[in-house]
Amino acid sequence: MVYLTRRIEFSASHLYHNPALAAEENKRIFGKCNNPHGHGHNYTLEVTVAGEPDPVTGMVLDLKELKEILEREITQRMDHRFLNYEVAELQGQIPTCENIARVIWSLLEPKITQGRLHKVRLYETPDLFAECYRNGAGAR
Amino acid sequence: MSEGLKVELGRRYRFAASHRLHSAKLSEEENWRVYGKCNNRYGHGHNYVVEVSVSGTVDPTTGMIVNLADLDGFVEREVIEAFDHKSLNEDVEAFRERVPTTEYVCMEIYQRLKHFPLAKLERVRVEETSNNAFEYAGEEI
Repeated sequence: MVYLTRRIEFSASHLYHNPALAAEENKRIFGKCNNPHGHGHNYTLEVTVAGEPDPVTGMVLDLKELKEILEREITQRMDHRFLNYEVAELQGQIPTCENIARVIWSLLEPKITQGRLHKVRLYETPDLFAECYRNGAGAR
Repeated sequence: MSEGLKVELGRRYRFAASHRLHSAKLSEEENWRVYGKCNNRYGHGHNYVVEVSVSGTVDPTTGMIVNLADLDGFVEREVIEAFDHKSLNEDVEAFRERVPTTEYVCMEIYQRLKHFPLAKLERVRVEETSNNAFEYAGEEI
């Protein structure tokens, strides 16, 4: 098995606010992430695909194709967007790193048909990231 | 949408500390041969980076595995306060006997963090310099 990772970046704004909670509760739990007009990050996404190299091409999957999938599914959907208001898949969820990573997983998994999606790691800042993988697959 | 998915949160912390690699079980010459300049008598220092990964269910109310303020506070109390701007050999009890290689530093940090009550500690990665990194994911020392 070979693991192939591609990295992309996108910039987006968000805010954390749960309408089911009182204003003071929102402030207490989310702190400055609850500021009403939002704030932004430069996100870095690492997508890892696992598979065996094709004996003819030597590739797990064509990187050009992966690049196009990431452009179509992630960049066009999230780059320079306000995640709370402009990304349908995040509606009704707090756009934390954990939740964005899960949405990215569910967007990419059905699109990757050569090899299989192994891991998604999303950095909100260089010091904070969330990671998703199949239960039992291990973080590597 | 994401049944059977495991989600982790990773966070990086920093501390600066000095150490000296010297084993009481080895002779002076052996220490020098094994540890080289890391055996210099008065020690030397690094800017360490500690990457902590935890897992758990994402709380639908907050969208979080764990509130970062809680994780940050725990790591600060258990590790950073004890290690930052300290001599690992002299100031951290665990390294009175054990050589403070980054392998052991990584394992010691894991031991200090494994009782975090709000999420499951998955692993600890310690970068001694930007070119050296060590990871530990369990087992008792």
